[in-house]
Amino acid sequence: MTLRKKVVLGLYVLFLLVPIYWLLNMSFKSNTEILGGLTLWPHGFTLDNYKVIFTDPSWYEGYLNSLYYVCLNTVISLTVALPAAYAFSRYRFLGDKHLFFWLLTNRMAPPAVFLLPFFQLYSSIGLFDTHIAVALAHCLFNVPLAVWILEGFMSGVPKEIDETAYIDGYSFPKFFVKIFIPLIGSGIGVTAFFCFMFSWVELLLARTLTSVDAKPIAAVMTRTVSASGIDWGVLAAAGVLTILPGMLVIWFVRNHVAKGFALGRV
Amino acid sequence: MKVQNNKAWWLVLPVFLLVAFSAIVPMMTVVNYSVQDIFDHSTRYFVGVDWYKQVLQDTRLHDSLLRQFIFSACVLLIEIPLGIVIALCMPTKGRMASLVLIVLAIPLLIPWNVVGTIWQIFGRADIGLLGWSLNSLGISYNYASNTSDAWVTVLIMDVWHWTSLVALLCYSGLRAIPDVYYQAARIDRASDWAVFRHIQLPKLKSVLLIAVMLRFMDSFMIYTEPFVLTGGGPGNATTFLSQTLTQMAIGQFDLGPAAAFSLVYFLIILLVSWLFYTAMTHNDKTR
Amino acid sequence: MDWMAWTLPTALFFGFIGMLLVGMTIWELRSPCIERKGLLPIATTRGDRLFIGLLGSAYLHLLVVGATDWSVWIASVLSLFWLFAVMRWG
Repeated sequence: MTLRKKVVLGLYVLFLLVPIYWLLNMSFKSNTEILGGLTLWPHGFTLDNYKVIFTDPSWYEGYLNSLYYVCLNTVISLTVALPAAYAFSRYRFLGDKHLFFWLLTNRMAPPAVFLLPFFQLYSSIGLFDTHIAVALAHCLFNVPLAVWILEGFMSGVPKEIDETAYIDGYSFPKFFVKIFIPLIGSGIGVTAFFCFMFSWVELLLARTLTSVDAKPIAAVMTRTVSASGIDWGVLAAAGVLTILPGMLVIWFVRNHVAKGFALGRV
Repeated sequence: MKVQNNKAWWLVLPVFLLVAFSAIVPMMTVVNYSVQDIFDHSTRYFVGVDWYKQVLQDTRLHDSLLRQFIFSACVLLIEIPLGIVIALCMPTKGRMASLVLIVLAIPLLIPWNVVGTIWQIFGRADIGLLGWSLNSLGISYNYASNTSDAWVTVLIMDVWHWTSLVALLCYSGLRAIPDVYYQAARIDRASDWAVFRHIQLPKLKSVLLIAVMLRFMDSFMIYTEPFVLTGGGPGNATTFLSQTLTQMAIGQFDLGPAAAFSLVYFLIILLVSWLFYTAMTHNDKTR
Repeated sequence: MDWMAWTLPTALFFGFIGMLLVGMTIWELRSPCIERKGLLPIATTRGDRLFIGLLGSAYLHLLVVGATDWSVWIASVLSLFWLFAVMRWG
């Protein structure tokens, strides 16, 4: 039984990793080697493709832009979602269920639907091509998600803790910051991970709302297509570099992430 | 039991305002666009429900809607069972467990266009391992010109990309089953299948509902990956709803029809997600 | 606001929806509603029934516009009946 399990899991992990290995493999090859014939590992190992990215500002600024709006979005989402999730986990109030459902529908709305009005909206208030515009647009699906996950974690904290703190004379803000937030630290970590993840991988809105100054890396990558064909090596190197930030973030939350995937209890 | 307190609205207000700003204002604009013929800022005419009629009777939309439903159904049929199997196979504790978790999460963290790029490269007959091996085995494979190859590649790409999410959700659901259940099963000498059927599956029900919902929604609005991989082709074979919509709105700048299309699209999503959500909360109550 | 391309009918439409929400809130504050089970297969509150009614009306409109040559007003009149029925017996 356990052997069978290992084989199944092994095969699946292989299936996951081989395409990524292929990308990594290509990023260390020169274009002549890539197009010359199929090699399973780089024969003429080269870092030139990475050099192109790290020396050209229009390339590495793409990464900085992406990281900037992703972090901004994570901070905004967490800040507004924390009190809201507390309200949903502790109180019943007028229209709470409908409000919760309405929030979730925004997580489910196809970004394509909002593409055009977003463009118009952010242009009209002068935020087009800024990081904050992308961060705000990503809030549309990240805030509901953050509320959803945080609510699950908060419901796991016994209510007696709140009551004791109020009896001890804590005001709500003081209780919330000093006692409650440390209690759900792992939940906040996991939520930040999810916000980071969904903002980092989204391209459609990010590309539509930016042109030059806040252009995300994913949009910069289309530059590798030129009249002389696609620059496969640089494209692969850029792809590899987009995987790294995510790996870094998941490393920090690796011990809590299984719990986070429980996504509350709806 | 939760306390009734309408003052809790103050805590929700920031979220409400933020999401309302990004959701309601654009939604109103879409509704406004959908009833007018718009040429530029000052020249626009009220046309009533004409765009809706045009969009609802548009065969291109019918085709891409049908493709979309087939695609979402295929995705669910493959990813949900596979995800459950993977979750059952995952180690429960120790270093291996967290290592497997991280490896499984990798595809989820790759920007969607890079996912498309990875498979675009991987599937090519000249420089990709998959395309090259298939062709040298004598199987003719080209996702850019053959419809069924394109479909299979898009499906495999989605399985590669998202099965991990289902697996991780199920994994966290399985961890929530107390050990006592398994001990009781061992005493009864229950078979593995019986353990799965009568202990694990019932406990997975709520998690699976979330997984099905998320996978349905996300596959229903898939855009970037097939756009990068096949560009919707060959022909229109892998052009899904979002792409048809984006073509209309950005490519041809047909604001009115695109807006009407958006609203129809949104209504479909709204109905399906409401059904799932009601099933989920209803499930909670009866438990 | 100019870019939002407002028209009188859509403004009236959103005004109507807004009034409905405000009205429902006041009604709920005056006399809180108890969840009950009517003809619909699930127990619903007043707000749930309003949502079901509105969603049903939207689909009814799409059906009439897409599948028939009738005037859209027929769909609107039918919707009013449907909305009332759902609120009353749903």
